[in-house]
Amino acid sequence: MPDSSPSSSLVELTRMRVLMFVRDPGAVFWVFGFPLVLAFVLGLAFRNRPPDPMHVVVADDPALAAQLKADVTLAVDEAPLDDARWKLRRAQADVLVYRSGGTVTYRYDETRPEGRVARLAVERALERANGRADTLSSADEKVSEPGSRYIDFLVPGLIGMNLMGSSLWGIAYSLVDARKKKLLKRLAATPMKRSDFLLSILLSRLVFLGFELVALVAIGWLAFGVAVQGSLAAVAVLSLLGGLGFAGIAMLIGARTASTETAGGLMNLVMMPMYLLSGAFFSSKHFPDVLQPFIKALPLTALNDSLRAVINEGASLGSQRVPIAIMAAWGLVPFVIALRTFRWQ
Amino acid sequence: MPDTTAVLTCTALKKSFAGVHAVQGVDLDLVAGECFGMLGPNGAGKTTTIEILEGLTELDGGEVRIFGHAPGDVRVRERVGIALQETELPDRLSVVECVRLFRSFYARGREVDAVIKHLELDEKRDARVAKLSGGQRQRLALACALVGNPDLLFLDEPTTGLDPQARLKVWEIVLAFKAGGGTVLLTTHYMEEAARLCDRLAVLDHGRVIARGSPKGLIASLGAAHVIEVITSPALDDAALGALPSVVRVSAKADARVLHAADVSAALPALLSLAASRGAHVKHVSTREATLEDVFVHLTGAGLRDA
Repeated sequence: MPDSSPSSSLVELTRMRVLMFVRDPGAVFWVFGFPLVLAFVLGLAFRNRPPDPMHVVVADDPALAAQLKADVTLAVDEAPLDDARWKLRRAQADVLVYRSGGTVTYRYDETRPEGRVARLAVERALERANGRADTLSSADEKVSEPGSRYIDFLVPGLIGMNLMGSSLWGIAYSLVDARKKKLLKRLAATPMKRSDFLLSILLSRLVFLGFELVALVAIGWLAFGVAVQGSLAAVAVLSLLGGLGFAGIAMLIGARTASTETAGGLMNLVMMPMYLLSGAFFSSKHFPDVLQPFIKALPLTALNDSLRAVINEGASLGSQRVPIAIMAAWGLVPFVIALRTFRWQ
Repeated sequence: MPDTTAVLTCTALKKSFAGVHAVQGVDLDLVAGECFGMLGPNGAGKTTTIEILEGLTELDGGEVRIFGHAPGDVRVRERVGIALQETELPDRLSVVECVRLFRSFYARGREVDAVIKHLELDEKRDARVAKLSGGQRQRLALACALVGNPDLLFLDEPTTGLDPQARLKVWEIVLAFKAGGGTVLLTTHYMEEAARLCDRLAVLDHGRVIARGSPKGLIASLGAAHVIEVITSPALDDAALGALPSVVRVSAKADARVLHAADVSAALPALLSLAASRGAHVKHVSTREATLEDVFVHLTGAGLRDA
């Protein structure tokens, strides 16, 4: 019996891609589980703690130790001189204090900021205890800027890294696998519109991108208090552009490659430099200046930097024109090349 | 006005890959409602030919018209169903999801559930492709080909690697499609399949058609409907064997002499008395009807299976 009202092939192709993905437990873990595990582990390692006290060790002088113990910012330890020197060498103490013949000596490692700070704090405490008065009137104002913790830096980087990984695996690998298994060839022999097939790739990515973004932003906010300072819409737009940029690269890798091993190699070739250079885990500003223009032109750098600007600093979309242009270019140029060179078998 | 019964014509088809002439001037014509077989060993050019006809491979020379259009034309793809030699449908999709996907590509297809039922896959409707047997996978491939309600079916080695029961089921499906007025072009290297399914055959070897006709006509072209295989000790000479009544040809197959005879009731007694008169001990003698395999051996000097 003829059936004249089938569902659209764009819907069916998109459904196929979504089902194939959600029924692959490995892929689901790497796209959703792994970034969450990473965020938890790194978030725990770098969580904010109350300020560390400065560690002082006093050698053979209980009176001096008693004066220092009155200052709550100091953790005071007492030891014979040899033991005290050993503690300093092992960085169990930031400064060693001893008195000989009426002179108080501060022994510390000048190259360690903790040593220099501890020396000043100990000197101030002793001078005050011995009657020095402050000559200026002063007050402390302690601040904690929103978006300045490591986890605040990390969450946008994880979003960027995740969008890159899932776009490349989700598109390039699945295209090459379908070509290897002759599924592309079989589809090419049907009246299927080629544009429907390519659109279904982008549509299914869009579906997953939505889930990934919501999951990561929600975890960042609920578990670590990483609030989005700027607008959520701006985060969504930037992620979409970044996702398109990676989709373009993924299409190019998947356009002609016939073996999944080659595809895996090409994906690592694309992703490894960006994992390291684009500031997912640490700021890309640590790299030499000569590399900066190159690093800035990478799509992951553009995505990470612009996401950080919006999430951590509350920047507007309008201020992110350069990264937006970079991501759009990565989305467009490789995509067009991929379309022109695409092989169905 | 074009001949409405000509479904497919293909003239002087040529294709080379990196200097290897895979297809060297193949002519084919299919009329509506027939099953046409391309028979030949691996590497004969069958798959290349069928993939050109499917619009998947560009031809280097020659002309192909299918329903009056070039292969690969969307008007052709709408009316053609295909089962490639090996397609791995996505392992993680179910039977019904695969068929529904293929249904969505066609403007006027068949109802998904009806096709699944027709191919006896209803019990496996919701099973994942990964869990299907070889025969079930092949029936699913046929379901994906038939759900577009095609007028012409291309089948490349449809039963290779299947067990005899699964093969029989595929044959039933093909015969049912033909009974409904459909046209079939299939490739095979199984003689029995060609004899059972095909109205006409083209025998391919080294990229050329070396013989064509109906299975019966091809066998009749041997000029001898019977084959006698005999092993004697000592062996009898070919000249004496060839002179036996109604024997038209003598060939060798391992230890045995193979006699092609028009009349087995004349040739067999004469063979036995020849052996007796030479004092040769008959260790084995068998007779059978000539098959397409004999046609192929006669045409190429080689067996299909060992080619």
